[in-house]
Amino acid sequence: MPAEIYLNVAVSGVLTGLVYGLMALGLSVIFGVVRVVNFAHGEMMTIAMYLAVALFSAYKLDPLVMLVPIAAVLFALGYVLQRGLINPFINRPEHSQFMLLVAVALIMVNALLIAFGPDARGVQTSYAFASFALGPLIVDANKAYAGLAAVTVAGGLFAFFRYTLTGKAIRACADNYAGALVVGLDVKRLYALTFAIGSACVGACGSMMVLLVDVTPPLGPTYTLLAFVIVITGGLGSMAGALLGGVLIGLTEAVGGLLFTPSAKSMFTFAILVVVLLFRPQGLLGKRLT
Amino acid sequence: MILRVEGLDLFYGDAQALGGVSIDAEEGELIAIVGANGAGKSSLIRTIAGIERPRAGHIFYRNSDITGLPSYRICNLGIGQVAEGRQIFPSLTVEENREMGALLPRARAKMAETMREVFATFPRLKERRGQLAGTMSGGEQQMLAIGRCLRGRPELIMLDEPSLGLAPTLVQDLFRTVRTLNERGLTVLLVEQNVVASLKLAKRAYVLENGAIVMRGTGAELIADDRVRQAYLGVETSGRKSPHG
Repeated sequence: MPAEIYLNVAVSGVLTGLVYGLMALGLSVIFGVVRVVNFAHGEMMTIAMYLAVALFSAYKLDPLVMLVPIAAVLFALGYVLQRGLINPFINRPEHSQFMLLVAVALIMVNALLIAFGPDARGVQTSYAFASFALGPLIVDANKAYAGLAAVTVAGGLFAFFRYTLTGKAIRACADNYAGALVVGLDVKRLYALTFAIGSACVGACGSMMVLLVDVTPPLGPTYTLLAFVIVITGGLGSMAGALLGGVLIGLTEAVGGLLFTPSAKSMFTFAILVVVLLFRPQGLLGKRLT
Repeated sequence: MILRVEGLDLFYGDAQALGGVSIDAEEGELIAIVGANGAGKSSLIRTIAGIERPRAGHIFYRNSDITGLPSYRICNLGIGQVAEGRQIFPSLTVEENREMGALLPRARAKMAETMREVFATFPRLKERRGQLAGTMSGGEQQMLAIGRCLRGRPELIMLDEPSLGLAPTLVQDLFRTVRTLNERGLTVLLVEQNVVASLKLAKRAYVLENGAIVMRGTGAELIADDRVRQAYLGVETSGRKSPHG
C-alpha cells in the first residue's frame, strides 16, 4: 500500500479522535468534579444524535449549526438529571450510583427505540462527499468540519474553566470540597452546573458525530464504554488527557482498521487500555494518586 | 447581640459531639472558645456555619433564626469562617483562591475595594498572587485562608485553630493580626488549643469539655482560675508535645 493511504487514514483517525475526545471530556469533567461516573454518557450522545437527525430530516437544518441549540437542550437535561435524580445519591456508595445511572441509560435506549425504531438513521449534508486536497492528503469534509468543531468547543471549555469565576468555582469544588463549603460556594448548584456542562459537551459531540456515523439506539452503551476507556487512558481528572486519549484511540481505530479489518477496531482500543493500565496506571496525563 | 447559640445538640451517628451548648457574642467582641482536642470546638464552628445540622437547639444571627440554613446562605449573611486545616484550594492560584471568597453576592459589589483592603493587611498575598496555593508555606496558607475569608466581607469571623502547625513567631504575628481585625470592628470567634494566648487576647471566653460548656468568664478571670490553670496551662508551659494528636 502506498504511504499516502496510511497518512490519509491517520489524519481521518485523528479528526474522529478529536470528536471522541470531546465526548470523553464531558465524562471527565463530570467525574472530576461531581465524583459520579455518568454511565448514561453515550446514551445522552445518541439522544443528541437523534435530535440532529430529526432536525435535519424535518427542516434540513445543518447539524453543525444545530450544535448550539442541541448542546443547550442536553445542558438542561443534565442540569435536571443531577439536581433531581443524582444529587440524592451523591453520598451513597458507588454501586448504588452505578445502578441509578445504568437505569437511566436503559430508559434512554428504550425510549429512543420506541420513538425512532431500530433502523440506522443518518444525515446527508450537501458536503457529505466533498473533500479537501492538501498535497497528497485528501481530507473528508465531514471529518474536517467535525474535528474543527470539536477543537473549538474544547477550547471554549478550557477557557471557561480558566478565566470565568464560575469555572474557577467549579475547579475549587473539585479541588477541596470542604474548602468550597467554608467559603460559601453553593456546591449543589455548581454540581448541577457541572453535570449540565458535561452533558452539553456530549450534546455538541452528538451533532458532530452524526456526520461521521449513522445512529441506532444500541450505539449508546458502545459510546459510554468508549468514553470510559478514553478517560482512563488519558488520565482521570485531566481535561487535556481526555482529548489526547480521544485522539490516540481514534488514530488506533483507524490504522488498526486499515491493517486488519474495521470490525476488529475495538480490539486495538482495548489493547491500548491494557497497555496504559500496565505501564502508566494513572493514565497518560493523570496525576499519580498518593 | 450579633450571635446567640442556644442549647445546641449535635450528633455524628450515635456519638454526641455537642450537648446543650449556649454561647453569645456582642457586636465587635473577641470571644475565645478553648478546650482540649475533641472537646467539640470545631463541631460548634461547623454547626454555626451550617455545615453540620444540629439535632436540637437554635442559632440566631442578628436576632433571626439561621438554624438549618445551607452554608452558602449563612456565609452570605456575613458569617465568615477560617476552617481548621485552612482548607485552601491547593491547585488553584493564590489569586483564584481569594476570588472564591469574593463570590458571595454580598461581596461582589465591593470586590475591588475589598481586594485593596486585604492586600493592605497581607502584602505577601499580593506578591504571591500567581503562585499555586498548595506550594506556599503553612504560615502563608493561613494568611491566604484569612484573606480569602475577608474577601467575603464578613461581620463575624470564626477562626478554627488558626495557630495549628505554625512556628511560634508566626503564631505571634497571627494573634496580632486577629487583634487588628477585631479593633477594626470585626466580631471574632476564636477557637484555640493555645489557651494562654487566646485567653489573653479575648474579652470573654468559654471553656468547652466533652461537648459542653463547663466555664465562662472574661479572659483574665479564666486565666486566674485554678481549674483552668490545672487542666490547660500546665500542658501549655511544658510545651505542646503532640500538636496533631
